[in-house]
Parts: sequence; structure tokens; C-alpha cells
Amino acid sequence: MKLFFHLGRYFILIKHVFSKPEKLSVYVRQIIHEIDNIGISSLPIIAIISFFMGGVITIQSAFGFTSPLVPLYAIGYTVRESMLLEFSPTIVCLILAGKIGSNIASEIGSMRITEQIDALEIMGINSAGYLILPKIVAGVLIMPFLIALSMVLGIGGGYVMGIATGACSSYKFIYGIQAMFEPWKLYYSFTKVITFAFLITSISSYFGYYTHGGALEVGKSSTAAVVYSSILILIFNFILTQLFLT
Amino acid sequence: MIEIKHISKSFGDRKVIDDVSFTFEQGKTNLVIGESGSGKTTIMKLMVGLHELDAGEILYDGQNFPTLGVKDKQEVRKKIGMLFQGGALFDSQTLEENIQFPLDMFTNMSKEEKLDRVNFCLDKVQLTNRNKLYPAELSGGMKKRAALARAIANSPRYLFCDEPNSGLDPKTSIVIDNLIQSLTHEFNITTIVITHDMNSVMEIGEKILYIYQGKPWWTGNNKDILKTTNPELVDFVFASGFMKEVFAAVKNK
Repeated sequence: MKLFFHLGRYFILIKHVFSKPEKLSVYVRQIIHEIDNIGISSLPIIAIISFFMGGVITIQSAFGFTSPLVPLYAIGYTVRESMLLEFSPTIVCLILAGKIGSNIASEIGSMRITEQIDALEIMGINSAGYLILPKIVAGVLIMPFLIALSMVLGIGGGYVMGIATGACSSYKFIYGIQAMFEPWKLYYSFTKVITFAFLITSISSYFGYYTHGGALEVGKSSTAAVVYSSILILIFNFILTQLFLT
Repeated sequence: MIEIKHISKSFGDRKVIDDVSFTFEQGKTNLVIGESGSGKTTIMKLMVGLHELDAGEILYDGQNFPTLGVKDKQEVRKKIGMLFQGGALFDSQTLEENIQFPLDMFTNMSKEEKLDRVNFCLDKVQLTNRNKLYPAELSGGMKKRAALARAIANSPRYLFCDEPNSGLDPKTSIVIDNLIQSLTHEFNITTIVITHDMNSVMEIGEKILYIYQGKPWWTGNNKDILKTTNPELVDFVFASGFMKEVFAAVKNK
């Protein structure tokens, strides 16, 4: 029963979030601020993780492909497929669910317990719209760019590690990352990213918005935001993969 | 003017507000006083729509607020300024941005006009030239004054102050009280102050509603309080033995 309660309240909140903004210029300013907050501040962690993960996939592939029947360019191919299909759109989004999700939930939760949300309401402002809509829009706009960067850096990391460890030659790796490329896979990946961006920002905002109590509850909301965002990312990853790849 | 008529509110089985009626007059500082947990803040939250009424009416210049639609409620709320107990300033914004916020949202003022208004409000609360400070950089009293500046930024018709003196020393409390009263008189606002601070009651209590266990127990003003024989109010106002002696001495005179 609690699931239905949360689902109902979540959709009611989303309805309020997407109601007409009081003043568009203020919202646009907020969206730009959130793009910086959500996107730009996540760049370093995404860059580091993606680069090293690309490198690790290269080394593991080289270690595993011992048969002379498997061509060396398969290393580049594996790195590309792993980064494009799963690592960047799903694993990086799970990492972002931790970083962005806890940030959003604790920010909105703190505003709730310090009556800042009440202050917005009393001013006659749709607090859900003002606080949450810019986060959702910013997330959906900026996360595809972050993930694209993650893909590039992951493949780049694989290339650098491949050359540095002597796992494969530059030519073979580049040939591998171009081999059998199907552009629709990018469409699949970015559909996942946009879906996950919406899930992370809206679910985290939901838990923050309905925080009651004090600092302890803000912490609990933060944790719940990360846990539920991650679970839903995995569920939707499965659903989208079924829809696109079967 | 705001009138509340026979308002009631329960949380679960517990009746927190029980058939309270009162008229908050324009141009006066109207105080709602009572012990902690007596239901003062609940009355205020009912009045601004943060809680839903179980019964009764809340009339803002004749408009029954709880029955209004979302848009009409928002229109009424645009005329409300509110000073929260903790200030409720937006942490991520400077004082200037905080005070400018309602102007950004609801007016078409130019940048210069908005800045003029911000400076005017900061001047009124004696925070001149503190525009670029963040709430975290302010003392408790300054936060209250900054929140008051934000509350009056959009020229409200109704001003709500929830325990404006909590956590402040008596001297700073008097400064805040006098500010609230002078703004009320200067701009002819209907001001409602929720407090249990007796200094405030004596200083600015032009019209007082005493709430006892969720019920309206006594009404009057700061001069009437000294003559009251209502035992619960006497107990509340003169809680200490020393104050009771002072009260007896005043009465005997």
C-alpha cells in the first residue's frame, strides 16, 4: 500500500512541477544555475572514472582474448561496445545518482526543514515548480553531454592503456572502435541517459521535497533518493534494453 | 483586516485549535500569545494556508481564503509578507537576492528600480550596505531583520511574524518589535505577531488574543493585561514569583 501512496504522491508532485511557471526568465536563470551545479561539477569524477574504466576494459580484454582466432582489433571493439552500451549510459548514471541524487535531496530537504519552502509557498510561488523543474530540465539537458564525454574519455583511456601496455597497436585499436558500428546504438544509449536523468532528478527531488523533521530525516531522504534512483535506473535499464535490443 | 471565524483544527484525535474567532485590525500590531504548544503557530499556518482548516472561515478583507481556488489563493499570498521564526532566508542567495526575489517573481520593475527597493528595505531594517552578505554570515538579529526586509519588499498588505524574538537578547528583541510596529503604522499593514515574549506583549501589543489549550481565552491590549484577573493569563504573563510580586504591587497601587 505504501508503494501506491508514494507513486500517487510522486505523480501529483510531477503535475505541480510541470504547471505554468510564474516567470519564465527566473526559471531560465535557475536552469543555467542547475546546469552548472549538476553538470559542470560532475565533470572531474566522470572524466577520471571513464578514463580508467576504459583502460581496465582494454587490459581485461587483452588478457581474455588469448585465442589466435580472435583478432586484436576485438579489443577496441569491446571497449567501444562496453562504453557505448552499458558503462557510460548506465554505470556512470548510477554514479551520478549517488552524487547528484544525494545533493538534490539534501538541498531540497534542508530547505523544507528550515521553512524556506514554506516561505516560497506563502509568497504565492509554486515551490515544486520553482525548485524541481529547473533541476529536471538541467539534468535532462546536461547529462547526455556528460555521458558523451564519458564515452569519448573511456575509449580514449582504452586507447592510451592499450598502447602503454602493449596490448594492441594504435592501428588495430582504431580499426576495432570503427568496426561494425551501428549508429542506432547511440540512439539507444542516449534514450537511456535521458530517462535516467529524469529519474535521478525527479526521484531525488521527491524525497527532498517531502522531508519532515530535522537533520536526521534529511540524511534519510538523501539515502532513500540514492537507493530508489539506483533501483529504478536498473529496472528501466532492463525495460529499455528489452525494448531496443529484442 | 483579517477575520477568523470559528476556526478549528485537529491532528489525528488531538484538537489543537478549538473554535477560535478574532479580528486582526489593519494598521495595528495584533498579537497572538500563549504558552508553547498552545496552538499559536498552528493558527498562523492555518491563516496562510500551510495547514487545512477543519471548520471555520478566514476572511482576508472579506475573501474567504480557504475556499478560494489555487490562482486566487496565490493572488492573496502575493499580498502577504512573512517573517519566519528561523528567518527562512534562502541560503544560496545574498541578502540583495533574497529581498529582490519576490520582486523578480511578481513585478516588472527594472534592475535599477529593484535595487532601489532592496536598498530601501535594507535601510528600513538598519542593514544598509549589507547587500552582498550571505545569510550564513549574519547574526541571529540580523537574520531576523533581513527576513523582515524580504517580507516587506513587495509592499504587503498583511504581515505575519512567527516568534520574531525567539533566540534574541532583550535589547535586540525590542529593536525588532519596534521595527515591526513602525512598519505596520507607516505602511498601514495588518500585522499578526505570534509570540510568547512578554517584552513584546508590553511593547507592541495593540490588540492581543490569548490562546489557552487551543481555545480563545482572553482578548485586549497591553494596558488591559495589567488589569486582568483571568487566572491562566496572569499565570502566563507573570510566570515568575518576582513578576507576581510586581503585579500585586501594581494592582495595590
